[in-house]
Amino acid sequence: MDNALAANHTHEAGETHEHVFVPQHRHHFETEQQQREAGTFGMWLFLLTEIMFFGGMFFAYLLYRNWYNPAFVAASNQLSIPLGAFNTAVLIGSGFFMALAVWAAEVRKKSLLVLFLAITTLLGFTFLGVKYVEYHEKWEKHHIPGEHFDVSEFVNPKAFGLKETPLAPDMAAKTQVFFSLYFAMTGMHALHMIIGIVLLFWLMYRSQRGDFSSGYVAPIENFGLYWHFVDIVWIFLFPLLYLINRHP
Amino acid sequence: MSTTIVRLPDQATAQMPKRSYLNNEHGLLSWLLTGDHKRIAILYLISISFFFLLGGIFAGLIRLELLTPQPDLMASDTYNKMFTMHGVVMIFLFLVPSVPATLGNFLIPIMIGAKDLAFPKINLLSWYLYMVGGVLTLAALVLGGVDTGWTFTTPLSTHYLNTNVVTAATAIFIAGFASIFTGLNFIVTIHRMRAPGMTWFRMPLFVWANYAASILMVLGTPVLAITLVLVALERTIGIGVFDPTKGGDPLLFQHLFWFYSHPAVYIMILPGMGVISEVISTFSRKRVFGYTAVAFSSVAIALFGFFVWAHHMFIMGVSNYSALVFSLLTMLVAVPSAIKVFNWSFTLQKGSITFETPMLYAFAFIGLFTIGGMTGVFLGSLGMDIHLTETYFIVAHFHFVMVGGMLMAFLAGIHFWWPKMTGRMYPESFSKLSAVTSFIGFNLTFMPQFVLGYLGMPRRYHAYPAEYQVLNVLSTAGATVLGIGFLLPLLYLGWSLKYGKIAGNNPWQATGLEWQIQSPPLTENFTEIPVIDYEAYDYEWLAHKTEQEVTVG
Repeated sequence: MDNALAANHTHEAGETHEHVFVPQHRHHFETEQQQREAGTFGMWLFLLTEIMFFGGMFFAYLLYRNWYNPAFVAASNQLSIPLGAFNTAVLIGSGFFMALAVWAAEVRKKSLLVLFLAITTLLGFTFLGVKYVEYHEKWEKHHIPGEHFDVSEFVNPKAFGLKETPLAPDMAAKTQVFFSLYFAMTGMHALHMIIGIVLLFWLMYRSQRGDFSSGYVAPIENFGLYWHFVDIVWIFLFPLLYLINRHP
Repeated sequence: MSTTIVRLPDQATAQMPKRSYLNNEHGLLSWLLTGDHKRIAILYLISISFFFLLGGIFAGLIRLELLTPQPDLMASDTYNKMFTMHGVVMIFLFLVPSVPATLGNFLIPIMIGAKDLAFPKINLLSWYLYMVGGVLTLAALVLGGVDTGWTFTTPLSTHYLNTNVVTAATAIFIAGFASIFTGLNFIVTIHRMRAPGMTWFRMPLFVWANYAASILMVLGTPVLAITLVLVALERTIGIGVFDPTKGGDPLLFQHLFWFYSHPAVYIMILPGMGVISEVISTFSRKRVFGYTAVAFSSVAIALFGFFVWAHHMFIMGVSNYSALVFSLLTMLVAVPSAIKVFNWSFTLQKGSITFETPMLYAFAFIGLFTIGGMTGVFLGSLGMDIHLTETYFIVAHFHFVMVGGMLMAFLAGIHFWWPKMTGRMYPESFSKLSAVTSFIGFNLTFMPQFVLGYLGMPRRYHAYPAEYQVLNVLSTAGATVLGIGFLLPLLYLGWSLKYGKIAGNNPWQATGLEWQIQSPPLTENFTEIPVIDYEAYDYEWLAHKTEQEVTVG
């Protein structure tokens, strides 16, 4: 009888499996493949929650851009396309090196893996550095939402040497909504970058130690998914925030 | 359909197994650092019981204040803080994790024949996040409370209140991730770790219900998270997403908030429905009528649940056309819910029904949930809603669903699986008494509130015109009875841990996989992974199997 069997059977801590035992294999998975599939599936699900997380802000963006289109256009033109485009290139580049890192882990080349992860990290820092320059400029121009927000540049662009059409004061006030969303969305994106960079350091440490040199690549692979996701969010943010209506 | 009840031979002489998950390791650290889904379930059970007690005390104080028409027990702003904390604690710290994080955590891996959830560390992390959320909620309370109501409505929460809104919002943000991780773990486990032969349509309906709830947790909770982040940013830095003076729209907050918080209602109720399916089937000794329909109705509720949120906003200035569509969609949710109620009733038909405590709670659930659900249809119709919204009718409606429904289901489940979790039986007579007491107390508490609401007593006020007093006294009296009904289990379940009768493996002669292993189970649940070659709720298969056992024994 099953029950009696279950009760009398002594529990063994380290169970033996038919296939080759690998140290990273957790005991509650039947096979290592099952473990790997579960991990990847879990990561995709987590990215789905991230889409919903950013989705709330994209929804707000959609609404307010329809309501306050002139303000969004004017405010968007304040952002620097060269810096934004540079950052886009930086992120795509970092995504490329992340993909190379996954490849390096798969072909078990330890030093290449560490190198590619390091380049990915470096490009991540570059992105954040450029973002700092952009935020700093907004600070100086009083375009940070809150008490010190200043709309004069939108009401009277000529006084600042800009060729924009002047906005009526009530519409100009709505540029604050644009900048609220700009800071919330890019800020959340930057926060994800920072978390990613912390994880990158941890992965570099583990690669250096040789954890991923024997065919076990799940953490690298899953982190790659996360990093690409953060890239893709930026791919949406760049046109939506920087390129709303650029006519010469 | 076989209706014979077979007594297993080992039931009378059952002994506690020498080894189980409870005594496999010793010491506090072995609990706090555990990866075992069963131990995490116990950790969750202890913590949510604490928060339930706390939320219950708030409820008691609210009812005590409402005993008399004039404010006398507490000042009006204290009263506001009181019902806010009652809502926050009960919803985010009790109802949302109640069944999934305790019973679901404990049972889902066993029910599908796995050794653990897919990510044990994330499971433990989920409990820690829940605790951090809980401690921050307590901090918000101790530091002076928060009085936004559990809905954090803007601009009240962002501009007009000087209470600990940010602390409370952070608490819910963090507790939300506990919920996301639980849901994520369940979905991956159910997809990837089923035992050989455990097909989707052989899974117990409890697993289906939790799967549906997990979808809601994974897709809904992040939206609440970003909404709370925006509220906190608006309160601290002053961004203008919800602020009308800066061009933002408070209605957007409502949309985003209810996009989570309506599905959250189904996060709370769906796992409870799963419990009821198991209990009804076991104690009428019949396969659940229309298994596939019940399974799909869970998923349908989850799906429809995402498209009805604006029915919380009918009087807030949404367009008439969208109100019309959302009203229609709200009515649609009644269909899968009714499918469940009808199928449970048909399961009972011609079954060999016995009235053990879990069954009593399940009956309470069916009746009270039906009333709660039907009044939900009242509120979903536009004309009625304008009359009834923001009155005690709403309060009575959602307490019928949440307390009458979910809490009864939770208690049904706790009693049903108590022998499996602890290896000991609860005292049957006491528990029947408490089931009946809570049923009577519940009806006495909330039935008068339907009438009060219909007569026009608004919710969230601590004073009211004198003509409402009789009904309020009835309600407070009922709350006292209800409180006793909920306190009793705490006492006798604690008592049973040491003095309860030893349960044996399968005291209910139920069919689920969890009843085929020892109670309490081993750390890895199964000595060898089972191969499933039979359908769920197959009592004939069980009768056949035990028949053989009797001849051997």
